[in-house]
Amino acid sequence: MIRAKTAYRTWRDRWRRLTARKYFWPAVLTAGLAFSIAADKYDFVDLYVQLIIIYVGINIILTVSLNLINGYMGEFSVGHAGFMAVGAYTASLLTVYAFPPGLQQLLFPLAVLAGGLAAALIGFLVAIPSFKTRGDYLAIVTLAFCMIVKSVLENIDAVGGPRGLLGMEKLTTLPWVFFWTALSVWVIRNLVYSNFGRGVLSVREDEIAADLMSVNTRQVKIIAFIVSSFFAGIAGGLFAHALQFINPRMFDIIKSTDVLIMVYLGGIASIAGSVIGAVIYTILLEILRPLGVWRMVFMPLLLVVLMIYRPRGIMGLRETRLFEPLSDLATITLWRQKKKEAPDGAP
Amino acid sequence: MAYFFQQLLNALQLGSIYALIALGYTMVYGILTMINFAHGDLFMVGAFFCFLLAVYLKLSFVPTLLLSMLGVACLGVIIERLAYKPLRTAPRVSAIITALGVGLFLENFTLALSPYPKHIPPLLKNVTWTVGELSISSLQVLVIVLSLGLMLILDFVVWRTKAGMAMRAISWDKTIVPLMGVSVNKIISLTFAIGTGLGGAAGVLYSLAYPVIDPYMGIMVGWKAFICAVVGGIGNVRGAMIGGFILGAVEILVAAFFPSTYRDFVAFTLLLVLLILKPYGILGRPQPQKV
Repeated sequence: MIRAKTAYRTWRDRWRRLTARKYFWPAVLTAGLAFSIAADKYDFVDLYVQLIIIYVGINIILTVSLNLINGYMGEFSVGHAGFMAVGAYTASLLTVYAFPPGLQQLLFPLAVLAGGLAAALIGFLVAIPSFKTRGDYLAIVTLAFCMIVKSVLENIDAVGGPRGLLGMEKLTTLPWVFFWTALSVWVIRNLVYSNFGRGVLSVREDEIAADLMSVNTRQVKIIAFIVSSFFAGIAGGLFAHALQFINPRMFDIIKSTDVLIMVYLGGIASIAGSVIGAVIYTILLEILRPLGVWRMVFMPLLLVVLMIYRPRGIMGLRETRLFEPLSDLATITLWRQKKKEAPDGAP
Repeated sequence: MAYFFQQLLNALQLGSIYALIALGYTMVYGILTMINFAHGDLFMVGAFFCFLLAVYLKLSFVPTLLLSMLGVACLGVIIERLAYKPLRTAPRVSAIITALGVGLFLENFTLALSPYPKHIPPLLKNVTWTVGELSISSLQVLVIVLSLGLMLILDFVVWRTKAGMAMRAISWDKTIVPLMGVSVNKIISLTFAIGTGLGGAAGVLYSLAYPVIDPYMGIMVGWKAFICAVVGGIGNVRGAMIGGFILGAVEILVAAFFPSTYRDFVAFTLLLVLLILKPYGILGRPQPQKV
């Protein structure tokens, strides 16, 4: 028992030293990119598995970006599918109608980027009501927005109306998904630990106090919504070109609920939690596929049980050392040491 | 003009169903400050109870309605005991996510048991009266009168009885009320029973008015009823009724005078405008933020 414990500790320390290295993240990212390019080119990974990995990546982007609003800023947005729809339709319209057929591969990142930017523009508009309304009322605003997007798309015949949009090539490949996923995690993680991120957290904790401490809450809300919807749009563009078919009903409230579940399963205000939540939820749904209809009976039950025994989700309000900035990490270590030395008195 | 009044009658029918469901949201919110997102699916379960009772047990209308209400109310209380009670002290969002989970469970459990949409047999003989140019069906009258009656009973219970007083007291202050000798758990269960029972009644009435039911019917109707509750001012019983009738009127009138696919678009845009003008709903009070 003791030997196991010491072994665990040595391995843990080795792991910590490894992750604290300067070259850890670049190495991991290069390896991941190399693997994804190789898997895409030489097909040594099953196509089905590739598709699941693509979905995992898309879900990570969605979850991390929604966590910025729902977790870090403490609002309850249920309109993420709406932003995703805007991105998906913008990107698909570009690749289907605007781009010349030969240059699709080359211009695909531009299409996805345009989808993200379009979603960000809409996100800016949705942010404006959030100045005054909060909580459940803001939830309604985002919900109404999500339904408006769906019903507008259903009423425009040029984008296929309720039948949806066809004709995208399968442009979402593993390397691109890896790139965008890594980018979204990196951007949002850095945002959260920046000066701006402290502002976001202060809006969650107490908006009036934040205002008094000269946090520009309006600016914080606008930027948070823009960034979050930008990445939702990116995820939408990737999703459309992975599935090669979209229709407005894919982006209704049920899709938003899915993302919400991943966020709260992983835990609010945690990058690692979002990644874990998205990975677990997506993969578990695939593993349970043989159960047929009953898998969607067991999944919610699992969620309810998890929420009862762990109301904050898997990683709620905590972060793994991987995503913690080094200066914060030093403070935490120091604090723990002091606590160990003087267990009674608070440091 | 007759067309307008005809549509107004339809609006009253749809609005009274929305109002019945919105009442469940608003009552639970008033007492627990928790949004019971499973409520729309309890409404769906009510419709399926109606189907089971009417088709397999061949019951007539009144016992079907009462038994469905009772069944859904029991289900609501059980859900509250098993899923929401352990989370009463937890962060608010975990309760919301649990509610979403319960809703998904109900939908998919029903889907697993009955994969195809079901048709409800007509429980009552439908008579159509013609008044001037207006044609009024007995079903419409029944739906409107029954829901208005249920709402009046509820209003009486909330404002004139001891239990209702306890409900209002709990929504006012949760820590003091138990010191006054009120059993909070009992009142919460009662609230859930009444709220979900009304949802069950709405399910029966809805399935009589629009007789094809499927396991996912509760999602859209539920979210719309939630919108009604918010428009009226969430936590406010009379506000929920007003909100229900407003949304019903908007939806039907838009569908009557524009292409019906614009219905959701116009309804939700109006909702956004209303929320920007009155951020706390029609009857809701702005809650002062303490610093």
